[in-house]
Amino acid sequence: MKNFYTWASIAVIVLASTGGDVLLAKAMSKIGDVGLIRQEHGIFAVVRRVLSSGWFALAICCMAVAFFSLLFSLSWGDVSLVAPAAASLTFVANALSAKWFLGENVDRRRWIAAVFVAAGVALLAH
Amino acid sequence: MNFRKYLVLLAIIVFGSFGDVLLSRGMRDVGQISFKQIPHLIPALANPWILIGIGCLLVFFTSYSTALSWADLTFVLPATAIGYVVIALLSHFWLHEQISIQRWLGILLIVIGVGFVAGGPHRSDQTVEAKGVETIANSSELCSGAREGRS
Repeated sequence: MKNFYTWASIAVIVLASTGGDVLLAKAMSKIGDVGLIRQEHGIFAVVRRVLSSGWFALAICCMAVAFFSLLFSLSWGDVSLVAPAAASLTFVANALSAKWFLGENVDRRRWIAAVFVAAGVALLAH
Repeated sequence: MNFRKYLVLLAIIVFGSFGDVLLSRGMRDVGQISFKQIPHLIPALANPWILIGIGCLLVFFTSYSTALSWADLTFVLPATAIGYVVIALLSHFWLHEQISIQRWLGILLIVIGVGFVAGGPHRSDQTVEAKGVETIANSSELCSGAREGRS
């Protein structure tokens, strides 16, 4: 049963942190190149646009859920399983959801990169 | 990709890995905290390692958001994964931690993975448009160069 809870918490962390990354990417790509906005309208325009974005607020909420669920599961779960499994599965989940929700062109090159990095992180963090 | 954009990616790698290392160094001073003792985390904020770590992570988050404003998520994530390698190498050469064969293999896989995206485009949907803008920018630079040459 403890095994089930561990994997359930890994699933929650992966879902929340993928959601956070995808929503942040959505918010920032809608806002546009912040370097150019800063050059044209100043740094306060950048801050105002970012803070008034609903996608950005949602991204922060998801990231907070991911952070606290990681903290929570580390307090009772198997650290050597939870941390690397969550980190490496997030890379693959990000590639999938970037393709589905952001319409990014995840070509073979990017798939290979995501899988290699995910495997590498799993080995490194173990 | 211009110099400023490479600088942003470098900031993600450096401040992300140093932020994590500084936080864990600080938490070593604070000691173990169970879930029921969460209020005990507040005095941990006075620890200088943790303060600098949080500062680094704020810079990391700003650079990460900046990168996502002009690059794809599937480019930024693998490209900055080299930070994991930086942490492992820092802990080996600076903190003299042993790195097992399994970890060296992990480092190798990450480096290969990063190599795959590093050569590709950073924005998939706007590649044609971006190339067009770059061509216009280059030609206007050429024009201004020619003007300066004449005067």
